[in-house]
Amino acid sequence: MTVVANAPLVVIGASLAGMRAVQAARASGYTGRIILIGSEEHLPYDRPPLSKQFLLPDSQPDFLTVEEELRDELDVEVRLSSTATSLDPQAHVVTVNGELVTYGRLIIATGAAPRALPNFPTLRGVLTLRTLDDAKTLREQITPGKRIVVIGAGFIGSEIASSAKSAGAEVVILEAASAPLMRALGEVVGKVVSGLHARNGVQLHVSAQIEGLEGEDVVTGVRLAGGTIIPADIVVVGIGAAPATSWLVRSGVELSPLDGGIICDAQLRTSVPDVYAAGDVAHWPNLVMDSTMRLENWTNAADQGRHAAQSAVSPETAKPYSTVPYFWSDWYGQRLQVVGSAQCDEVVFVSGHEDSDRWVALYRAGDRLIGAATLNEPRRIMKYRRMIAERVSWEEANGLFPSINPIAP
Amino acid sequence: MKTEQEGIIKIVVDRSRCTGIGICESIAEDYFEVGDDGALTLIRGEAVPPEELERVREAVQNCPARALSLKVEK
Repeated sequence: MTVVANAPLVVIGASLAGMRAVQAARASGYTGRIILIGSEEHLPYDRPPLSKQFLLPDSQPDFLTVEEELRDELDVEVRLSSTATSLDPQAHVVTVNGELVTYGRLIIATGAAPRALPNFPTLRGVLTLRTLDDAKTLREQITPGKRIVVIGAGFIGSEIASSAKSAGAEVVILEAASAPLMRALGEVVGKVVSGLHARNGVQLHVSAQIEGLEGEDVVTGVRLAGGTIIPADIVVVGIGAAPATSWLVRSGVELSPLDGGIICDAQLRTSVPDVYAAGDVAHWPNLVMDSTMRLENWTNAADQGRHAAQSAVSPETAKPYSTVPYFWSDWYGQRLQVVGSAQCDEVVFVSGHEDSDRWVALYRAGDRLIGAATLNEPRRIMKYRRMIAERVSWEEANGLFPSINPIAP
Repeated sequence: MKTEQEGIIKIVVDRSRCTGIGICESIAEDYFEVGDDGALTLIRGEAVPPEELERVREAVQNCPARALSLKVEK
């Protein structure tokens, strides 16, 4: 790797993508200096458990590494509680905690931060969930009988609702759209999964327009348009996350006008030399899916972090990062799994139906299987992931498994 | 063929951590399959011949639940 006079590989973002990047750099044979920079005070830890088992009393965080591994096995310098505030691509310098850090190659894996409710006054008891510290705060609040209102019926909101319900709280979910998860699952499948909430004692209100929050110092309720007030001891806001890129605004790194995410090419290069991006922060052209996307899931953070490092340490052999997206979400002891994309011409339940406790829905784009969503069908989902990767036809995909439940009329 | 490190490399599944997420199957479907009940089966058994090691290692390292590891059995 030919770099600016032995300048290090610097990775900004010490979560999953950053961790996989440093591991992959060493696995690729890179022997130069590596600096891993993270804004939180914790070593890299796993985020998915924060909305699931970590919300149960007495659980421990799942760290992705320990100091010994970073220092002794990987020979990585870690700087925690360190925030990057600007980037000068010409000088190959990033400013961290006021100090200039020179890089030979830079990987940005700064992730995304929870969106806040616009224009509402700050009240105690209104929480978001992204970090371990957020989760510790939330966990303390989830006690039997507590009234918890979750704003946003996305995956995080739904998992929190599920965990809170199992801890004995009373849970209401408010969703602005007519069905949850319309972007991730489409309206039809979104409506079907929304039935899981009611079946498990969690109220879901769709098409809910939130007018304001009640309470003086501490929140006491959520006021909907039309005047209905939903009482709340705690409000959890799960309305999505925005890429953490405000620090790059004057850097010359091209950012998406839609959401501020970093625009990358297929090899995960940004618009400025020697700077790469990976994880929740990155938009890139995903060849196998015929579209440009930004993914916020575990599988992508891990794979993309690894790939960005491989591109960065060996740019001359950099390959396109092309993947069939995959994520899973656990609600009320049920597992939802999704591969590919729900942006489709048609969606069909090929097994089970909306009231069954297991089902398979396939998404068609043109003549191609473009996505699949399953509930409690762990044996089937990865076969569909492979079919999407191989651009299998819709007809062939429909014939993969015989239907085990009749399709409801 | 004698190698420096003699022994058979075997896949170890920590059943208390595995929940059948299936990324291992996605990477090496000839070795790993998640069943209808979410339990993982090692289709080709535990032993990994040297020529398959890189692929199986990738599957092992990519488990989100860190339920997989490799051990050398002499």
